[in-house]
Amino acid sequence: MKVIKIDKNQWSQGLEQLRNAFRLFGPVGNGKASSIQELAPGQAPDLTFANTRLSPKNLVFPQSEVMLNYSLDPDDPERNILKEAPKDYAPRAVIGMRPCDAKALSLVKMNFDTDQYQDPYWLNLYNATTFVGLACDAPASTCFCTTAGCGPYHEEGLDVLLVSQKDGYLAKPLTDKGDQLLKAAGWSQAADADKVIADAKAAAEARIVSKVESDSLRAADTMALYGAPFWEDISFACLNCGTCTFSCPTCWCFDIQDEAYRKKGVRIRNWDSCMFPIFTVHTTGHNPRDTKLQRVRQRFMHKLKYFVDKYDQGIMCVGCGRCVRQCPVNIDIRRVSAMMNSMASAAQCAVGGK
Amino acid sequence: MSTYTEKIREISQRLLKECKVEMVIGFRQGTLPMMNEPCIVRKPEEVERLVWDSNCGINLANYLTNRKEKIGVVAKGCDSRNIVTHILENKIKREQLVIIGVPCQGMIDKRKIAAGVQGEILSVAEADGEVTVQTAAGAQTFKKAEVLQQNCSVCTHRNPVIHDEMVAEPVAEQTGVDPYADVAAIEAMSAEERWKFFEELLAPCIRCYACRNACPLCYCPTCFVDESKPQWVGKGQDPIDVRTFHFLRAYHCAGRCTDCGACERACPVGINMRLLTKKLNKDCLALYGWEAGLAEDKRPALDTYKANDPENFIH
Amino acid sequence: MENPYLPYPVRIDDIVVESEDRNLKTFKFVFLNPEDEQKFAYRAGQFAELSIAGVGEIPIGIASSPVEKGFIKFTVNKAGVVTSHLHNMQVGDVMGVRGPLGNWYPWDMLEGKNVLIVGGGFAFTTLRSSIIYMLDPANRKKFKNINVVYGARTPGMLLYKDELIEWEKRDDIHMHITVDGTKDPNWKYNVGFVPPITEQKAPQGDADSYAIVCGPPIMIKFTQPVLEKLGYDHDHIILSLENRMKCGIGMCGRCGIGRELVCKDGPVFTLAQINRTPREY
Repeated sequence: MKVIKIDKNQWSQGLEQLRNAFRLFGPVGNGKASSIQELAPGQAPDLTFANTRLSPKNLVFPQSEVMLNYSLDPDDPERNILKEAPKDYAPRAVIGMRPCDAKALSLVKMNFDTDQYQDPYWLNLYNATTFVGLACDAPASTCFCTTAGCGPYHEEGLDVLLVSQKDGYLAKPLTDKGDQLLKAAGWSQAADADKVIADAKAAAEARIVSKVESDSLRAADTMALYGAPFWEDISFACLNCGTCTFSCPTCWCFDIQDEAYRKKGVRIRNWDSCMFPIFTVHTTGHNPRDTKLQRVRQRFMHKLKYFVDKYDQGIMCVGCGRCVRQCPVNIDIRRVSAMMNSMASAAQCAVGGK
Repeated sequence: MSTYTEKIREISQRLLKECKVEMVIGFRQGTLPMMNEPCIVRKPEEVERLVWDSNCGINLANYLTNRKEKIGVVAKGCDSRNIVTHILENKIKREQLVIIGVPCQGMIDKRKIAAGVQGEILSVAEADGEVTVQTAAGAQTFKKAEVLQQNCSVCTHRNPVIHDEMVAEPVAEQTGVDPYADVAAIEAMSAEERWKFFEELLAPCIRCYACRNACPLCYCPTCFVDESKPQWVGKGQDPIDVRTFHFLRAYHCAGRCTDCGACERACPVGINMRLLTKKLNKDCLALYGWEAGLAEDKRPALDTYKANDPENFIH
Repeated sequence: MENPYLPYPVRIDDIVVESEDRNLKTFKFVFLNPEDEQKFAYRAGQFAELSIAGVGEIPIGIASSPVEKGFIKFTVNKAGVVTSHLHNMQVGDVMGVRGPLGNWYPWDMLEGKNVLIVGGGFAFTTLRSSIIYMLDPANRKKFKNINVVYGARTPGMLLYKDELIEWEKRDDIHMHITVDGTKDPNWKYNVGFVPPITEQKAPQGDADSYAIVCGPPIMIKFTQPVLEKLGYDHDHIILSLENRMKCGIGMCGRCGIGRELVCKDGPVFTLAQINRTPREY
């Protein structure tokens, strides 16, 4: 598939043309922060943003989503029988999400799309969406994608990668879905731009200044890391709020709740967080993760060790830096990863030195 | 390095060496501009970690709840008022604490600074009442008074109300500020305007509970939003449930809130939920002459009953 | 795409009060759509989500046995929101069941082996399922000696009393029923906690013997050293864990312990596996 050149004057016209085939979503700023929203007719995505404040995971995993519905009407012969809630899975396209957030979707997919079970809500929205990414030429000082198995021009999880140019965009189709979107927009001007993109990519990667350290964690002993002495220091400041998990593009934990009013009800799922004490509390009152040390450790161990062991696909983090920027008390995964990793590598050296 | 930092280290080292405390709770340098991290220091040789500047807005009283140790705690004015409240509410004992008082000159609002510069903030330095911000485009200087957290800019209790040590002479308290101008503006709205105002105020909420968890008053073992038997409030994003959380939480803080600003500061989506708690602070002051956390020997307004208590607000 | 969150509609066919404190009831369900029973093919040790519209779901071990056809049974302790609601429901009421979920006791591996079952309190449900399965005429010859140590606080708290008495009379299963204490002068079985009774009555462990343990955490804690003393290796001690769950299918992340999800990778683990995992259950 050839790289397509989109001139500035073709941009909004092509977007409007896309509306015949897709509901359009994209970043919208309000002066303080931006978020991925549905774009009204004539509204163009704001592609000047650094990154959205919250991750775009709600595109496929809304914070609250109706799963099932039911009647509680005593006169209804079907009462108390749970039914699938009606859903709109018409084609959608998101224009201008960051590559890190797309990579996050491909990590989360491993949880929701398994051999044994497929989560229909997540997968139907995912399959209905064409993901058009915007390569990141001005990463923040808190971005560490290049050490998190990702990068500012990373293509995994995207259908099209847009590269910003002075006079428009270069669009690199990555899948058939992406190819079709470009055609639907009427963007078809082939460009010989592989070198331009490769150079821009190298320049962008060189601008990433911070890192997550995880190279020794795959081989590390789980229980040794779990019992490490540093967890009190790491967890002391934690408030046990859900900011890190809710802003994280790779966190997927959820709760299921029934909400009923009079003769009707729904079963919904809501984002949940391993930081909340009630996440794990048993009916007896027993809580296997009763302390914030245990909860903070769970979050970092899940992202940097358990996930690595389970899937062998790297860490459950794409380096977007949202948790670093938004944690109210400045708990920083870069610092935590360095502590875990250096303990793991010291242990390996000790074994090697015997 | 600020003289406050030096003095905090010196006092902490002495307290630890003399075994007056088992630990000191203070702040360490954060990994981002305008962010410091609450931390524990247990050994005299570790006091070099402790720092103080205008980015210590987290309320450290929050970290004292139900602790059993003998603790040195660094406390600015609002922290000290919440420590008083904690003592009154039996969340910590006075004799467990050595309070290292910090006369406060206000905390920086990082959102105000971010809104005032173009691009990412790379570093921030403060000196002589000015804050200098480095971005890729260059340096920009603000008067500190212009970039304070809103609660700090109207604060009239900057000096610790109780302390065992002081890191400096008390600072002059601000006079002539109107702490409740923002509340009065909302009171002046029509019912419809007010409804719309609160609707918009709370619309971005993601129910992460950072406001609740940053608040030293919110120490209930199970918060009402987390109860399942009975379940008081839905757990989804229905605006009615979101508002119920914020309104009820504010009422739970009535007569207890010191307007330390921890809730607003912690919010990842920039909601000023202080507008709710401040209304109750204003009413408590007007109706009962009560401001929270000023004295260890006075029971809180909602903890006492007098025959002539005003009651015309009860409908 | 199959929706694994959609329960099969079932009707409550029978309710039996199992314990003297009336906190344990056994619910017998019949599928409203007969074809759903085929889809619900399960093995002893699995669990299901009992699903009540307007209230919620609760994961409960399946007490009926795969060799029992036409219905499924669950014994439910009244504790939280869903189980309290369920205890107030009546025969004929319609609700949902979602499953079967999780793994099962390793029946293929247990073939040709001695099986020791150690159970306590109301955790005996999937053990009942297992015993009925093993005693089925088509299956009994697949296993060598079967020993069962089962204890409750009092005689009135023992589950499935009629079946216990019946099993006591058989010679192809060795029952060791015990209670923590009783004032009944006619009580003819053991008195004592499960761990010491296991130590006295259970056969020695060897390469051909496995122990399945299911009970409250305190019982598991004190039974483990007894089994070690008897010679059961950690990979011959099989446990069924409980954790707070929601989805039951490994999606919602709640029941994770280390890399394992109790609902999907478990609930059945060997002690050897659990030793490599944070004990967050």
